[in-house]
Amino acid sequence: MTAVQLTPQDTVERGLALAAAEGADGCVVLVAETSSTNLRWANNTLTTNGAMRGSSVTVIATVGAGKGTAAGVVGRSSVTEDSLREIVSAAIATARAAGPAEDARPLVDGTASADWDLEPEVTSVGVYEKFAPSLGESLRRAAAEKRRLYGFANHEVATLYVGSSTGLRLRQALPRGYVSSTGKNADLSHSAWVGTATRDFTDVDALALDGELTRRLGWASRTVSVDAGRHPTILPPAAVADLMTYLFWQLDGRDAFEGQTVFSKAGGGTRIGDTLSSQPVTLHSDPALAGLEAFSFAVARSSGGSSSVFDNGLTLAATDWIRGGKLEHLMTSRYTADLIGAPTATPDIENYVLSVDGASGSTDDLVTGLDHGLLLTCLWYIRVVDPQTLLLTGLTRDGVYLVENGEVTGAVNNFRFNESPVDLLSRFGAAGTTVPSFSREWGDYLSRTATPPLLIPDYNMSSVSQAS
Amino acid sequence: MPDIDASFLALPRQELAAAALQRARDLGAGFAEFRLERIRSESISLRDSVLESAKDDEDLGLAVRVIHDGTWGFAAGVALTVDEAVGLAEQAVHMAQVSRPINAETIELADEPVYDDVTWISSYEIDPFTVPRAEKVALLTGYSDRLLEAEGVAHVSVHVATIHECKYYANTAGTSYTQQRVRIGPDITAHAVAEDRFDSMSSTAPPAGRGWEYMTGTGWDWDGELARIPGWLAEKMAAPSVEPGTYDVVIDPSNLWLTIHESIGHATELDRALGYEANYAGTSFATLDKLGTLQYGSPVMHVTGDRTAEHGLSTVGYDDEGVAGQQWDLVKDGILVGYQVDRRMAKKNEDVLGTSRSNGCAYADSSGHIPIQRMANVSLQPAPDGPSTEELISRVRNGIYIVGDKSWSIDMQRYNFQFTGQRFYKITDGKLDGQLRDVAYQATTTDFWGSMEAVGGPQTYVLGGALNCGKAEPSQSGAVSHGCPSALFRGVRILNTTQEAGR
Repeated sequence: MTAVQLTPQDTVERGLALAAAEGADGCVVLVAETSSTNLRWANNTLTTNGAMRGSSVTVIATVGAGKGTAAGVVGRSSVTEDSLREIVSAAIATARAAGPAEDARPLVDGTASADWDLEPEVTSVGVYEKFAPSLGESLRRAAAEKRRLYGFANHEVATLYVGSSTGLRLRQALPRGYVSSTGKNADLSHSAWVGTATRDFTDVDALALDGELTRRLGWASRTVSVDAGRHPTILPPAAVADLMTYLFWQLDGRDAFEGQTVFSKAGGGTRIGDTLSSQPVTLHSDPALAGLEAFSFAVARSSGGSSSVFDNGLTLAATDWIRGGKLEHLMTSRYTADLIGAPTATPDIENYVLSVDGASGSTDDLVTGLDHGLLLTCLWYIRVVDPQTLLLTGLTRDGVYLVENGEVTGAVNNFRFNESPVDLLSRFGAAGTTVPSFSREWGDYLSRTATPPLLIPDYNMSSVSQAS
Repeated sequence: MPDIDASFLALPRQELAAAALQRARDLGAGFAEFRLERIRSESISLRDSVLESAKDDEDLGLAVRVIHDGTWGFAAGVALTVDEAVGLAEQAVHMAQVSRPINAETIELADEPVYDDVTWISSYEIDPFTVPRAEKVALLTGYSDRLLEAEGVAHVSVHVATIHECKYYANTAGTSYTQQRVRIGPDITAHAVAEDRFDSMSSTAPPAGRGWEYMTGTGWDWDGELARIPGWLAEKMAAPSVEPGTYDVVIDPSNLWLTIHESIGHATELDRALGYEANYAGTSFATLDKLGTLQYGSPVMHVTGDRTAEHGLSTVGYDDEGVAGQQWDLVKDGILVGYQVDRRMAKKNEDVLGTSRSNGCAYADSSGHIPIQRMANVSLQPAPDGPSTEELISRVRNGIYIVGDKSWSIDMQRYNFQFTGQRFYKITDGKLDGQLRDVAYQATTTDFWGSMEAVGGPQTYVLGGALNCGKAEPSQSGAVSHGCPSALFRGVRILNTTQEAGR
């Protein structure tokens, strides 16, 4: 096999040249180079591992179509010089066969990143140089103490290249990592969980994580049965992220405008400008947030309610989705911003921060202030039951604890809950300091989150779950 | 009968496999396997009869997995060169060596016959990738128009996903195969918006291991269903809210498949029962010590695992460890009698399982991922001379008939679940009595299946399924079908979702 592999920069330049030669009016070429490495363990031993490299190229060709513009989108992995020609031709042919695109806008004007010429960044198993030995020690320690550990460590680097016929030459590399670990006691009757996001694993100590698991398993030395019902409940930052990620995903401007989400106004239009909460709550995204850095330009391989392939390369600006409890923005492409009458386009940004003005203190501080109630660890299997209220159902998992007189006094059974995160923003009784968090269920998709702990005075535990 | 795609056969499959496997042997691997996979996928979305997005993707790559010094090592890449194949073998061995100090368990695999250069193709008629895009869009636009023209339909969303998967597998035992599968998943939803509320009604057409012929009427009555959706939606918008309580329920296959998936399919995965998924997807209440004794459900309950069902989404000729497709019992006469396993689990637990052979449940969703134990088509068998759905409904005095899937959730050991649906009909004195809304049913797995009084006959049997079942770390997406008849359950807890929201 003598196929010639192309560099990302060559792929972009040759792709754009081929598109121009074949008569496309415009073209965007996206190249994503990824590498990842992972370790997985269960029952105190390694179960799987992996080191993967990935490469994908997406060509978006635009052509005139009647009074409008049509787009054709074709993506491939493992692109060679020969296959690139086929991809570009297919994209142009697809565009020519399509009608005018509803979301058509002029392609984003060009700027060039200073690091455009750099190679993709990569990760390797070497990222675990410090972590792996401490993991090995924690596994041995758990076995000796007749506990069991289960977990996963993942590190990845994605380098994106975006080039367009309008002169865009954007490049950005983003590392991302996380570790998630579950501990169980000897008879498997109780479990505990910890998880954290990281950029490079230099700040993750497996022994420290195991120490926290051991502390929580210790709380299960006393077990108490608690019935379903509405209970005062402390949600730590991870559980708040579990819920708020769903709210974040519901910020689609077009769906709201068409009357299909909790952010739709009765009778038509969106709830932008409505007060969702009387509490000073802010939900904010910013690609430049220190420690939560996200891609600084829009990347869309397909068009949807809040995204458009015509917006590739659009600069992403810091955005308040909710400010002072009021809905400020919904996610929009340039097209949907016009459709719903928003003054500016506000595309999706892959991070968010939920904060409460004036709130301070940790989860432990909220525990200290609670006379009687529950402390959760994290939530699981969360799904939308009713989009009108954004009612979610799901379950507690790997550690629910009883709080009495400001102290954790035992472990209790798991519950199924039915709750809306929009309602919770109005109903919380106390909040703590916003800190980087890692959603148990969705952190592998969206790990760049920061949330506060919240005390909910009447969290709806719909039924008891026997799971342990 | 389609052929294996010639462009896939033209790739240097054997050459790359030979280089990778030989390098793994040279480096001391006791076992190695090679996969070359090409997955073509197309996604077409329409919004109110206007094409919103149409995207054509192809994922092509290769992977090497080894057992070296009793430890797994895995590596994947994208360049189709001998150098890349050799490099991946070296990287996989390196991963095994790095991982060896934290591996406390020597990996051994169950034996499997050798299949030498065999071929298998799934059952479909029209490769979706041979149908012109414009023809597909025109068909879907027509379907959208029919719904939009109906009174009370404010918006229509249409999404169709098609997948064409080619795989070449070879291992150091001598097995090699080339396999081709096609899958299709339609989603057509009509939306209604009133002054004070909104709702939707989706087609109950399941994803299937079929080709484009599925969208034109083979295997699904689109004309009939599209004609009825606006009326169903209008009735739902005007329906009374359900009174929460305990009801007898008849569940249509279009809803029950998902309950089977969550409460039986995942619960009988042996990797979960053994704790391999404890940090992510969860474990199972159906632990290995309960094999042969656990009363899973009522005596009318017979559930099979099946990698051979025609048009099944999980149907294969051979799995990702070179094991041939099979069918077997999971629950028989209401008792847990089997699990879904891969070669490692089969070998390690052969004494308890009573067999030393894997039942072929290893699957990776692309060349970039390691094979893990994934679900076979797990199906509830009908009663050979069983009743019709109408006969089941006639046995209920005060109950609910549930059709179509929507929201779903179950706990980490597969006990406590809650499901909603597309349509809920009140049953009064054995007859349907109009739709209800705001309905969810909540139960514990063994209580629920224990309350199953009767299953319908073969005439009620439908193969449902999903394209996007998530499992494992890093997360993988699997497609799986579940067949079932209509079934009657006594005394099921029904919630009112509006009241659950505190409204």
